[in-house]
Amino acid sequence: MTEQITGAQALIRALELENVDTIFGLPGGCILPAYDPLLDSHIRHILVRHEQGAGHMAEGYAHVTGRPGVALVTSGPAATNMVTPLCDAYMDSIPMICITGQVPTSAIGTDAFQECDTVGITRSVTKHNELVMSADEIPLIVRQAFHIATTGRPGPVLIDVPKDCLQNMMTWYWPTDEEVLESLPGYKPNTKGHSRMIKEAARLILDSKQPVLYVGGGVLKARAADTLRELAELINTPVVTTLMARGAFPDSHPLCLGMPGMHGNATAITAMQKSDLLINLGARFDDRITGKVSTFAPDAKIIHVDIDPAEQGKVRRPDVPIVGDCRLVIEELVKTIKEMLANGEVQADISAWKSRVSGWQEQFPLYYSPSDPGEALKPQFCLEKLHELAPAGTILCSGVGQHQMFSSQFWKFEEPYTWVNSGGLGTMGFSIPAAIGAKVARPDRTVWAVDGDGCFQMTAQELVTASVERIPIKVAVMNNSYLGMVRQWQEMFYDERYSEVYLSPELPDFVKWAEAMGCVGIRVESPEEVEPAIALANSINDRSVVVEFRVDAGEKVFPMVPAGAGNDDVLLHPNQNDRREFLR
Amino acid sequence: MSMTPNTSSTPSHHILSVLVQNRAGVLARVSSLFARRGYNIFSLAVAPTEDPDFSRITIVVDVESSPLEQIVKQLFKLIDVVKISELDPRRSVERELMMATVRVASEDRGPVVELTNIFEGKILAVGTEAITVSLEGSPDKLDDFEELLRGYGIVELQRTGRVALPKLDKEARTRPLKNGKAS
Ligand SMILES: Cc1ncc(C[n+]2csc(CCOP(=O)(O)OP(=O)(O)O)c2C)c(N)n1
Ligand SMILES: [Mg+2]
Repeated sequence: MTEQITGAQALIRALELENVDTIFGLPGGCILPAYDPLLDSHIRHILVRHEQGAGHMAEGYAHVTGRPGVALVTSGPAATNMVTPLCDAYMDSIPMICITGQVPTSAIGTDAFQECDTVGITRSVTKHNELVMSADEIPLIVRQAFHIATTGRPGPVLIDVPKDCLQNMMTWYWPTDEEVLESLPGYKPNTKGHSRMIKEAARLILDSKQPVLYVGGGVLKARAADTLRELAELINTPVVTTLMARGAFPDSHPLCLGMPGMHGNATAITAMQKSDLLINLGARFDDRITGKVSTFAPDAKIIHVDIDPAEQGKVRRPDVPIVGDCRLVIEELVKTIKEMLANGEVQADISAWKSRVSGWQEQFPLYYSPSDPGEALKPQFCLEKLHELAPAGTILCSGVGQHQMFSSQFWKFEEPYTWVNSGGLGTMGFSIPAAIGAKVARPDRTVWAVDGDGCFQMTAQELVTASVERIPIKVAVMNNSYLGMVRQWQEMFYDERYSEVYLSPELPDFVKWAEAMGCVGIRVESPEEVEPAIALANSINDRSVVVEFRVDAGEKVFPMVPAGAGNDDVLLHPNQNDRREFLR
Repeated sequence: MSMTPNTSSTPSHHILSVLVQNRAGVLARVSSLFARRGYNIFSLAVAPTEDPDFSRITIVVDVESSPLEQIVKQLFKLIDVVKISELDPRRSVERELMMATVRVASEDRGPVVELTNIFEGKILAVGTEAITVSLEGSPDKLDDFEELLRGYGIVELQRTGRVALPKLDKEARTRPLKNGKAS
């Protein structure tokens, strides 16, 4: 009962007891004591090349498992390198535990070597953070961190551990669930929706003539994809899945309209605009979805289900706010609606609405002009082929830019947790480390990272980590020689005045770079090479593969709702413009 | 600690009484939340409560900067925040402390002493060229006193920011804002 161990041993033991199987990290001075007991642990440590990589790997791991990813780094510069992934995880509600070393408690505040105010710097990008003040606190703080990161609205929690707290002896103990809850009197997330609100929601749903299910990342966090499907089919209502919710509802389902928002498809955008009832399940009326808020879905009543009360009314005031876990609430909704139907109530006739929606789908499919022979390769074509040839269950990760939007548009998602991307923060460099984290968590799956040439150059070094640690991923670099998304804005909104967006047509040599990092490198320049290259990449499972697709630099992402414009003013692909009048 | 100009609050101000765990960094969490979300703090006072595990932060917020409901909900998300009550200014007792040093030669000191006595303030220190007085009372009363003192030449002035508790009468006067309720 009174086993004496060091704080460092307590830390590693606590992580083991929290069922951590993998840590992504990189050691240094202040965290050194924690790396010693790690040698004796069964936990796998993946040594990254840059701490930002460790953070995104932890995120990728969490995205595909729902379990918190863990990153372990030292103080000062390592802690500041973690700020981007923490913020990324915070914006996208990804459960993550980040442990940073800190200078000894006696040195705090003295500008000691590699000291920085880690809890101060990360306060606004974490769900919670904590500075350990003595070795005794470690087990409780670790338990609190896992509890906070994974319950309610998930998010990143940072634990800052001074070196002396790792070195000092403590009497081992493991707090009980009750002790953890008691130690957090201010933290009581509400998971069960209010039954009166759920009844009101059911009533609105049965009365609506033009309903849309607006599905966000909260459905995935709540592991509610099955229940969502049951609800959608019960009320026969079209579904849009936001960038964070791709895969929460199968794209092949007849009720699926795909992604709404700035680069959503015209049907998803317009169905929301014209609807009389938006059933928001775990989405947050992000500006990339609403466009100009004052003109967003002007005639729609709003049901808003979200576990975070602060999302209710933040952007758009709901008619029926329901604070709760999406899975529990949707289950209750299904039950309530079934009861009402069994009692002889009937759902309003939505057939006219459904045929209007199908009309838009026919008129406005996602479209790009295929390249003629000899013309540059189209990125959308590459995405279509990547999807076509992907083994079942493939996980797709993406960077940020045009290639990300093409990925979300042209990949067809059939399964939850097969899409990993940086939505809220839009972090270039996310995809390669996130793909590594995803592959570590799901070694049984093929993991493709679709990256831009710009993004790739931000975090490519983690492919060395992948090679050394034998984590074979596949990377498709959509090389358009440009910071393409920025180029698109300059073309469309700055009179084609291109300022600092041209990278280089020849540099770097992605194939040589891939080879230098222990990967197979493949270059693809013309449409005929696409399929064989992807097939080759899919056949290599003992190493990572980088396929560079030299794609058309002039290609733009359509549709597009320009920043600040309303969704009614969505810009269609030029070839669909003549049909614009049908969007009514 | 007062973070604001010494002007009286207007009806767009609300008093939030925030019960927090008494731990290092709590005040920083609260104030950085206000900064990060673009809310204005009108005044803020913090002190331990009858239970040493908890502190009470009394925040007067400028609600024109954003809806009170959002502020309350965001505050609730802080793990260390245990309870938030909104105090209706008409139904609570508010107190604030002010100290002021006024430059008056000893022969002209009389009117300032008289004024202080009328307001039931205290004389804290007396010098040949200046006098330091204090007044505890409702923020409005402090405003009036400050205004009248100004005529004599205030050299230094410090106000604490207000603290508040609900008035005691038959009905409960606080609105405990429960997490999850649209308050
Ligand atoms: C870290 C970071 N810096 C800058 C940006 C702004 N930004 C958004 S997309 C983009 C261009 C990305 O270029 P690339 O990776 O080549 O992708 P493409 O758009 O060409 O497909 C930039 C610079 C960002 N999102 N993240
Ligand atoms: Mg590019």
